[in-house]
Amino acid sequence: MTTAVEFQNVSRHFGSIKAVDDVSLKIEEGTFFAMLGPSGSGKTTCLRLISGFDRPTEGHIQIFGETSEGIPPNRRSVNTVFQDYALFPHLNVRDNVAYGLMVKGEAKASRLKQADEMLALVKLDDYGDRKPAQLSGGQRQRVALARALVNRPRVLLLDEPLGALDLKLREQMQDELKSLQQALGITFVFVTHDQGEALSMADSLAVFNEGKIVQIGTPQDVYQRPKTRFVADFVGSSNVLPPDLCAQLGGESKWSSLRPESISITEDATAKVSGTVKGIRYLGSANRVAVAVADTEISVMPSASSPLPEIGQSIGLTWSNDALHSMDEE
Amino acid sequence: MHSDRPAPLALKVAAIAGLLFLHLPILLIFLYAFTTEDKSYQFPPPGLTLKWFAVTWNRPDVWEAMRLSLKVASVSTLIALVLGTLTAAAVSRAKFFGREAISLLVILPIALPGIVTGISLRSAFNLADIPFSTWTIILGHATFCVVVVYNNAVARFRRLSGSMIEASMDLGANSFQTFRYVVLPNIGTALLAGGMLAFALSFDEVIVTTFTAGQQATLPIWMLEELVRPRQRPVTNVVAMVVVILTFLPILGAYYLTRGGTDTAGSGK
Amino acid sequence: MSAIDQPTSTSFLNRMSDAFWRRPKLLLALMLAPPLLWLGMIYVGSLFSLLIQSFFSIDEFSGVIQYEFTLKTYGELFRPANYDIIIRTTLMAAAVTVASAIVAFPVAYYAARYARGKIKALFYLGAMLPLWSSYLVKIYAWKLILAKEGIINWIVDGIGLTWLLKAILSIPVIGGNSLSVSYIGTFLVFLYVWLPFMILPVQAALERVPGNLLEASGDLGASSRQTFTHVIFPLALPGIVAGSIFTFSLTLGDYIIPQIVGSSRLFIGQAVFAHQGTAGNIPLAAAFAVVPILIMALYLWAAKRKGAFDAL
Repeated sequence: MTTAVEFQNVSRHFGSIKAVDDVSLKIEEGTFFAMLGPSGSGKTTCLRLISGFDRPTEGHIQIFGETSEGIPPNRRSVNTVFQDYALFPHLNVRDNVAYGLMVKGEAKASRLKQADEMLALVKLDDYGDRKPAQLSGGQRQRVALARALVNRPRVLLLDEPLGALDLKLREQMQDELKSLQQALGITFVFVTHDQGEALSMADSLAVFNEGKIVQIGTPQDVYQRPKTRFVADFVGSSNVLPPDLCAQLGGESKWSSLRPESISITEDATAKVSGTVKGIRYLGSANRVAVAVADTEISVMPSASSPLPEIGQSIGLTWSNDALHSMDEE
Repeated sequence: MHSDRPAPLALKVAAIAGLLFLHLPILLIFLYAFTTEDKSYQFPPPGLTLKWFAVTWNRPDVWEAMRLSLKVASVSTLIALVLGTLTAAAVSRAKFFGREAISLLVILPIALPGIVTGISLRSAFNLADIPFSTWTIILGHATFCVVVVYNNAVARFRRLSGSMIEASMDLGANSFQTFRYVVLPNIGTALLAGGMLAFALSFDEVIVTTFTAGQQATLPIWMLEELVRPRQRPVTNVVAMVVVILTFLPILGAYYLTRGGTDTAGSGK
Repeated sequence: MSAIDQPTSTSFLNRMSDAFWRRPKLLLALMLAPPLLWLGMIYVGSLFSLLIQSFFSIDEFSGVIQYEFTLKTYGELFRPANYDIIIRTTLMAAAVTVASAIVAFPVAYYAARYARGKIKALFYLGAMLPLWSSYLVKIYAWKLILAKEGIINWIVDGIGLTWLLKAILSIPVIGGNSLSVSYIGTFLVFLYVWLPFMILPVQAALERVPGNLLEASGDLGASSRQTFTHVIFPLALPGIVAGSIFTFSLTLGDYIIPQIVGSSRLFIGQAVFAHQGTAGNIPLAAAFAVVPILIMALYLWAAKRKGAFDAL
């Protein structure tokens, strides 16, 4: 497997602020790689380091084995889908898509034909003559995608492209992006702060916090075996239990994460611990039950079939042994 | 802050009176261009005639002054366009030490009284032993025309999203291609508007010009001499009317070109 | 094809473009160099030379300029004749400023609050076109209007108010033989020419007043008049101050209007013009020219504290 993008101890300082702090990662060719983290965690900066709009203060970035230092953005085989789409308002859709081919000197007939083909791929066949102002948010997003892809980049960067879309549209676009990536075989690097998005689309993902990568792995890895409290909290929500309580519950004497949906309510002696129900919140597809156990509160999401307890009721909780995952750091 | 209720009558009257106060005097000049009386400013005009238009047409000094004014205005506008756009681009796209100072610097020639600008340039030219000529006039005009272009360009640059420029480079265009294919089309109308206003400003300027001109006479200088020592009064009236119409057009044009944005052309004189 | 370095021609433009990416400051420097050279050196340079010249003096007998630092020239400004000129000009500037604020306010207020659509555009153009139309033509128009045989006298005679006009003209100091050679005439022309400079900032300031402030005021029990006094006018004040900067500054420096419509007594602008002309007394001309700069600097400092620059 070829490495498409590699970061070797990359840092980007702005004065005393470390936007990116000693980041190392490897993105394999042909994968869908997500960079996940809260605002200001450095993920967008890393994206800009790949595209060339920013340069590292320390460290090296290699794209397909070649160093990217000194190569300006317009000469990299990397294209970006910008967060605000950045469509050219004075050009129509077709000319927008054909722009990259135009500046490289491709003949008019050829580039317009390729633009039309790409528009068909993103399901905007007859929109070539319209202006960006006449399109909806979702349509603009597809134009931005087509405009980037028509240049046959070896790496496609997407900077929170779905943020402005409403929920239904976002989910639809997630499916489309994923199938597009698999069909084209291009390496996608996708930046988002939405952990649900990252989990559902990525082949592997990196969790960023304060300029550093906190964990890299497959979505399953990151979700079920979070390394730190931050990851446990940011990727899905989790119960983070202190070491002594974990020891009591039969686990290691370390901070551990216990996903609410992996706990079930039980009456009998198989209960590992018991507590009092403090509150119930209705979420539509599920219920979140807050249970006071020892000095802390545990969140439980019982399956839809099990009967809901009442507030004040004393209940027993149980889970499978590997659901209590101990973490290396806090 | 709009009100749906109708305005009080007194306010309406005062507002309209104010506007009329602004416009009637100029309309009066139009009337005087047709008068038969040429020795005084008698009102009402004893008679109306078209003959002064022909007389003005045949006055060589009027044409010379007009030619010079057009030449000065064109060249000054060109220089102001280049300098104003460069400055506006730098100020709106980059952060650097002294950024606010530059904005102040650009506005200074028009903020300080014309007489200060005029006498400064004149004494500077004297010290440097530069003879007064058309070029000294142009130098003076270009200096205060820069701010007009600058204001329009900066307002438009602010609305240009930075990601558009990055997108262009991301797609393979170098800086020059980006300027030509993305930046210029999006600021074009603002530059046009700024250029038109600069033209009108230069065409009309008299205070700085009297200080920086040698023996040459631009149209305003010609008119100033006529005001002080009138020769054929109705000719002056005709020229005045023509000047008003000539400057009316670029102003209107500039207004329509920049109507969409928050900074309509001309509001920042 | 190389993975990242796409083959593009190594033309001069491409190499320049790469250089700009590697050194963004290079591009910035290139962009700023021409304007800075022009404005910085030529313009600011000449301002400095003017300032320096005001510290020189002229030998009264030989008419030769002494290039030595002295405050004597500034001292001459305090001679009664010169001092009069400064006072005269400043008072006129103040009068024009106050009057233009009073005349401009209804226009701006109506345009901001009640005008909509076409009418609004009409008002905007109505203030902007005179702003940009020929300065000299405007002065000339008033010379026609104020002339003895002109329209004002014709109207006044027609409605039988000649006695009133004569009474006004006989007011000492500001009166004169006719309107066109009196301070009243000068005042009217100044007011006319600078009025648009006051209308536009005031209108801009009023437009920025959010409608819901007025509603809130009404909701809290204020009458229209109280809303005006306590909400609208204070918020319009920065606009008025901004406009006043223009009217004040422009009046201080003008030398053409007093020359064409007014008495033979000089204003600052005329003094500057006169002294640098055949008299060759550049130091005194420079000193006179510095006066409006100083007055305006003071005025601007006071205006800044009132937040006028937001309305600009």
